[in-house]
Amino acid sequence: MPKDEQGIGASTKRREDIRFLTGDGNYTDDINLRGQAHVVFLRSQVAHGRLRGIDPAAAEAMPGVIRVFTAKDFESAGGLPCGWQVTDRHGQPMKEPKHPILAEGKVRHVGEPIAAVVADTLEQARDAAEAVIPDIEELPAVTNPKDAASDASLVHDEIGTNLCYDWGFVEDNKAKVDAAFEAADHVTTLELVNNRLVPNAMEPRVSIGDYSRGTGEHTLYTTSQNPHVIRLLMGAFVLGIPEHKLRVVAPDVGGGFGSKIFHYAEEAFCTFAAKAINRPVKWTCQRGESFVSDAHGRDHVTKIELALDKDGLFQAIRTDTYANMGAYLSTFAPSVPTWLHGTLMAGNYRTPLIYVNVKATFTNTVPVDAYRGAGRPEATYQLERVIDKAAREMGIDPIEIRRRNFVTEFPYATPVAVEYDTGDYHATMDKVLEIADAAGFEKRREASAKKGLLRGFGINAYIEACGIAPSNLVGQLGARAGLYESATVRVNATGGVVVMTGSHSHGQGHETTFAQVIADMIGIDADQVDVVHGDTANTPMGMGTYGSRSIAVGGSAMVRAAGKVIDKAKKIAAHLMECSPEDIELKDGKFSVAGTDKSVAWGDVTLAAYVPHNYPLEEMEPGLEETAFYDPANFTYPAGAYACEVEVDPETGKVTLCSFAAADDFGNVINPMIVDGQVHGGIGQGAGQALMEAAAYDATGQLVTGSYMDYTMPRADDLPYYAVDHSCQTPCTHNPLGVKGCGEAGAIASPPTIVNAVVDALQRGGHGHVTHIDMPLTPLRVWQAIHQR
Amino acid sequence: MYAFDLARPTSVADALKALQEEDAQPLAGGQTLVPTLKARLAAPSTLVSLRGISEMQGVCHDDQGRIHIGAATTHAAVEREVAKDYPGLAALAGQIGDPAVRNRGTIGGSLANNDPSACYPAAALGSGATIVTNAREIPADDFFEGMFTTVLEEDELIFSVRFPVPKVSAYAKFAQPASRFALTGVFVAQFDDGVRVAVTGASEDGVFRWSEAEDALGRDFSADAVAGLSVPAEGMIGDLHGTPEYRAHLVGVMTRRAVAAAG
Repeated sequence: MPKDEQGIGASTKRREDIRFLTGDGNYTDDINLRGQAHVVFLRSQVAHGRLRGIDPAAAEAMPGVIRVFTAKDFESAGGLPCGWQVTDRHGQPMKEPKHPILAEGKVRHVGEPIAAVVADTLEQARDAAEAVIPDIEELPAVTNPKDAASDASLVHDEIGTNLCYDWGFVEDNKAKVDAAFEAADHVTTLELVNNRLVPNAMEPRVSIGDYSRGTGEHTLYTTSQNPHVIRLLMGAFVLGIPEHKLRVVAPDVGGGFGSKIFHYAEEAFCTFAAKAINRPVKWTCQRGESFVSDAHGRDHVTKIELALDKDGLFQAIRTDTYANMGAYLSTFAPSVPTWLHGTLMAGNYRTPLIYVNVKATFTNTVPVDAYRGAGRPEATYQLERVIDKAAREMGIDPIEIRRRNFVTEFPYATPVAVEYDTGDYHATMDKVLEIADAAGFEKRREASAKKGLLRGFGINAYIEACGIAPSNLVGQLGARAGLYESATVRVNATGGVVVMTGSHSHGQGHETTFAQVIADMIGIDADQVDVVHGDTANTPMGMGTYGSRSIAVGGSAMVRAAGKVIDKAKKIAAHLMECSPEDIELKDGKFSVAGTDKSVAWGDVTLAAYVPHNYPLEEMEPGLEETAFYDPANFTYPAGAYACEVEVDPETGKVTLCSFAAADDFGNVINPMIVDGQVHGGIGQGAGQALMEAAAYDATGQLVTGSYMDYTMPRADDLPYYAVDHSCQTPCTHNPLGVKGCGEAGAIASPPTIVNAVVDALQRGGHGHVTHIDMPLTPLRVWQAIHQR
Repeated sequence: MYAFDLARPTSVADALKALQEEDAQPLAGGQTLVPTLKARLAAPSTLVSLRGISEMQGVCHDDQGRIHIGAATTHAAVEREVAKDYPGLAALAGQIGDPAVRNRGTIGGSLANNDPSACYPAAALGSGATIVTNAREIPADDFFEGMFTTVLEEDELIFSVRFPVPKVSAYAKFAQPASRFALTGVFVAQFDDGVRVAVTGASEDGVFRWSEAEDALGRDFSADAVAGLSVPAEGMIGDLHGTPEYRAHLVGVMTRRAVAAAG
């Protein structure tokens, strides 16, 4: 196959799908080690209580039970670490209470592990877990992040407050922002809730700990998006195992959406227990268990105000958000409502003054952390909703008001500390109106009206910061990790290439796209390139996959390593052809000497590298393998415009998503088909948030939507066909591929698009009193909104 | 799940014998029972599968034009086999769960379970069906006793369900978004001697007949005839997916839509 059918820009099929679709994948639960024992966690049934005691004796006497572990067994271990320290408005560090592996002294959310029963078989462990009865004195629970701020019931007594931090950004702008509001011609205010979500990756979490007494080496097999990060966090901070004695393997992983970034108690437990009982220890999460143990997403309560002049030009934005941290700080939780949220409040617009206040609170709920988009969906949602409301209040078309305020000159430094390198927001707005057939809306609205249905058109523009992230910058912001990426490119003697990347694919298709890039650079068949990831034993130190960073950061590291390989290969080729390396050109897998007909094939050069008989050994080492680390100079800024149409049944409140159009600017695109798929999936998740999904707690802290009987996941028949376009391309100016990342856009930009459409439908349909409905826009909520006056 | 024995009788007599075992329970499709077992919320000693009993399978007609459906007949089989003779019932069966549920779940299992949000109770009550057990014949009007409760005795097994066929009928279901059970479902059937309207999903007492609507539709079988009617919110189920007021409202909406669809 010639390279133009498989290189950059080609929609080649995903090679990994063959094993995923034929049952030949190797997921963590597919791994069974000889002699493995099974663990079942006894989890708290109450949201908040004093743990007065646990008696494991009855369970330990049951058949097959090897040992029952409680917090006492972990006195020498550290708590689960938090990877990001936020500094509050007053210069103080956030409150960071201990996050134990098993509950210590108190239980703080339903689902918190209290004890762990290890037995020969899973059923024996389950039976025994029922015999462990913890003695818990129940305490009042708090679940809402705003209510928690009153400190009526303290989640962590030792810190004396439920407030984790009170963050202001940019604090120096506060007075100027307030003054701009005083002077504004118009102020639009919107109070909203960004609904809490359960991630629901198709593959539940699994961990298997293994320990070799012979070598003193630990191995953890786990469902992770970033095995090196787990190795570092768990090894250094929890269990005190040095990296060279700890291998973390994350094989095929069936979806993450952020929930598999974090270091979880079960991982540390299995690693610890395998050594303690000298047998491998396996844990496979049940679906119901994952509802109360996977970190949740979103859960913000926000008031946003937008100040405008008489022409609808944005003067200032002021926001006030309560962000739910849950009972403990999950790995990156503090960064989500702050640096991943506040820095995006400018959106695509020239708003000169912005002030974001975020109060993060502890509650008796499952910890909340990054979920597809992480902070950026929350920013986009409130901004795009308040803009729509302002447009309506001022009688300006919602598309027009956005256009009037678009950033058009780049680079553009926002008032919230980031600099957009490139973009063209009018182009994506033009494109989305075209592919959504906005001109034909009125005709479709009339057709809907004849059926008794109210049709609405929703519009939205978005920007996100991806390609996470420049290490020196995030270090200043409190990150306790670097956010570079690494790659080793190993060329074998006969010319095949293996890329060992620190990125991790759990559905994104890296094995295909990364190979396309290498095939393109060298001019060889993509089948000659293999991509290896997910095992700390055979990949260089990497930071993993999240924040739409893999191609922008991991891909850049790979390009850099491949560049080094090619430079060396050119020197070998020059030696073979007795010319200067500067005269060598590499094209279509062939090295030729410029201006001559002399050439050597890629395979001749790679063979010479490993069979160095005719080789400049005095100048160069044999072999052809290079490693590179890439630390981005800036974030990347994917942006675009989305539109959708909905029909609302006014009798029942049911919303039907009729059509959805997405015009994204992702810069250069490696595999358009895979990018389409990423956008499709993101829109599906965004539609889930907008219309269906809600992790709802009752007043006692029970998760009411703890199964698929009550937690609504979007299904195929809930979703329309999508018109997806990424032909508007302003390549990123600071990475070698000119790429921006595409993994989160759909989930970020679709919720406000859909809510804007529903409000539009109700407004046009004679329900002008409805200016906002909180997500999810279930039939009940829409019906109630119609009838509340 | 906890360990249990599985009995697979091939006759009703053997099934009844197997059910004598203490804590034995029939397995009639298992679409509710098996998830319950997996969650360790039930611990039967023996499950008695009704699947292999041929006399409890399938659909036949009697000389009065009534349709007899074996209790162990799956929803998918009902959907297929009564499509021509009782399209309203076939359409209802085709809206239960998803294909996997419809190919396992059975009419007898659904009626005996009497989930307040299940579809089949509306069909049985709305048709004036007769539930035939090993011991007796029970009119649907007497069969349902509230949420998850029926008049079935401990050792009583549904053998078949006998449906009179209405002139016209339809089921209008408003699905609970997550489970896709009926948030409110209304089955309307017009017979020579009157109209029956059965509502599922809405009431705390389970499936019920809306007599006011039946009277109105008996005089004039049209959506307009019930446009002004409403049921009180009191006694309706209130949960995350619907308040009592919302469900009461949906009873009216779904009744009108069922009548329109049937007409």
